[in-house]
Amino acid sequence: MRATIERASPARTVRRPTRPQLVNWGVTAALLLFVLLALPQLMSLYYVDTMTQVAVYSMVTVALGLLVGRVGLVSLGQVAVLAIGAWVAARLLFATTQPYPLVLLEAGLITMLAGLLIGLPALRLRGLYLALITLMLAGAITVVLATVNFPNGGHGFTGYNGSLVHIPPIRRPSIAASDPAYFRYSVVVAILMFALVLVHIKTRPGRAWAAIRQSEPAALAAGINVWLYKLWAFALASFITGVAGGVLAGAVHYLYSIGFPTQDSITLLAVTLMGGVYSLWGAVVAALLYQFLPALLNNWGVSADWLIILFGVGVLQVLTTAPAGLADQVPKDLARLGRFLRGRLRPRPAAPESTK
Amino acid sequence: MIEVEGLTVRYGGVTSLDAMSLTFEQGTCGLIGPNGAGKTTFFNVLSGFVRPAGGTVRAFGVDLLSMAHFRRARWGVRRTFQTEQAIEELSVFDNVAMVAEHSGLNRATRRRDVLDAIGFTGIDAGPETKVRTLGAGQRRLVEVARAVVGRPRLVLLDEPAAGLPDEETSHLAEVIRGIPEHTGALAILVDHDMSLVSACCQTTAVLDFGRLIASGPTAAMLRDDDVIRAYLGVA
Repeated sequence: MRATIERASPARTVRRPTRPQLVNWGVTAALLLFVLLALPQLMSLYYVDTMTQVAVYSMVTVALGLLVGRVGLVSLGQVAVLAIGAWVAARLLFATTQPYPLVLLEAGLITMLAGLLIGLPALRLRGLYLALITLMLAGAITVVLATVNFPNGGHGFTGYNGSLVHIPPIRRPSIAASDPAYFRYSVVVAILMFALVLVHIKTRPGRAWAAIRQSEPAALAAGINVWLYKLWAFALASFITGVAGGVLAGAVHYLYSIGFPTQDSITLLAVTLMGGVYSLWGAVVAALLYQFLPALLNNWGVSADWLIILFGVGVLQVLTTAPAGLADQVPKDLARLGRFLRGRLRPRPAAPESTK
Repeated sequence: MIEVEGLTVRYGGVTSLDAMSLTFEQGTCGLIGPNGAGKTTFFNVLSGFVRPAGGTVRAFGVDLLSMAHFRRARWGVRRTFQTEQAIEELSVFDNVAMVAEHSGLNRATRRRDVLDAIGFTGIDAGPETKVRTLGAGQRRLVEVARAVVGRPRLVLLDEPAAGLPDEETSHLAEVIRGIPEHTGALAILVDHDMSLVSACCQTTAVLDFGRLIASGPTAAMLRDDDVIRAYLGVA
């Protein structure tokens, strides 16, 4: 502790990246290049489709992680938000010849408006009550979607013609018509959405959300418009989830309301917590758990229902021993294991000779 | 200057502030009293967290109670809390910048204002240091830096020295004493550490059961029989 008060030191400090940051960026860039260039060549079409779903759901989990981890808002309505994005994108893709990126943008923006409605209760509620309300709203949306059905090339507002045969597939962008190309397309969209989140959490909104999560009264005392920033978080999360819905529409070609059960939002929250809500890597881990693991078990002939038990145990383990999730815990454990092994393999110093 | 007139706060059947009338002139003023006397409630009224049942508060000629709570920081009301509120995951700089960017400060000078506030408090760590790596005393200084960044008009300090060792408390006292001169703001200090209040405050007001029982020069207040009786509970 200094004995005297140091007055005004307004010199500008230049933020140079630290060595761990440089390593992190290098590893991320190498991994992305591998995923984009090499991965589709190394996998069968079954796993290419699965990894496309991983890219889609990584956007959903990064949005959910933003709400839960950055702002402290628990939403159990994200699967319904995803369904809205998919519905809007499908309708636009059937009704117009707009470029795919424009459709994704529109799907994101329209879903954002719907997400704001879901987020309105968050202005007054937190914790369990907010989770309950968002779950109920999601249930209501699912019922509405089951009634109006997903567009299948019909006319009118809903774009549903009641036919179950000769349904045209939802189109993909011309540059990504094949499955490997669409996988790459999905990964690029996911990277853009992750970058959008990163920009937010590193700047003014991210600091405001951190303050709100810490303490709403303290955030108010700091001059933060808590209502505005909570709605902002819901809007951003809904936009990203809506874009993910648009990508999902092109990935699966055919959409049915049965594919968006309300209870999946609970599983989605569980895997998001397991992956880690405080880091972007956590969202990727969560999407792998949510989509890749069931596909793997399915390929091995094991029922994916066992995952419910596994996820339950996983959430318990994460909440009790690793609140930052697997994305934080696994690297630490591996480093600890490395130190342990180095210590075991290192030759021990010779014992001092006896003085007898 | 703050002029408080007939300020009354009720929680159900409990009167937390009972027709409090008081003027805080300038410099650093103390506000003391036993637990439950209404000190934090008074701060909560000034911050906009509690709507009073009656009374007025005029701060530098402005009707403070008619202002939305989040606008008060922009106007110049800043505060610290009894429980520490520095955000662990952010750096020292970002903690202070978070207040600066919601306080209507000029964007061009914001970075300089933030570094100026950090320098003023004498935080013994670089601006990019994560708050979670700091000790309790340094975290308290981060909170004070958040309260003095830019152009505050009213700085409310709610037990900033709670739990700190003597050495850190004496540094904190030096910082608090310097707030009016450094920022031009009126500072109000609530604390149970009478040596800190004596060291920082020219004048002090004393609350007991929501009522103002005395106010005047700090030294005289600490010798006042009513004040001693309120604190020690002597009949």
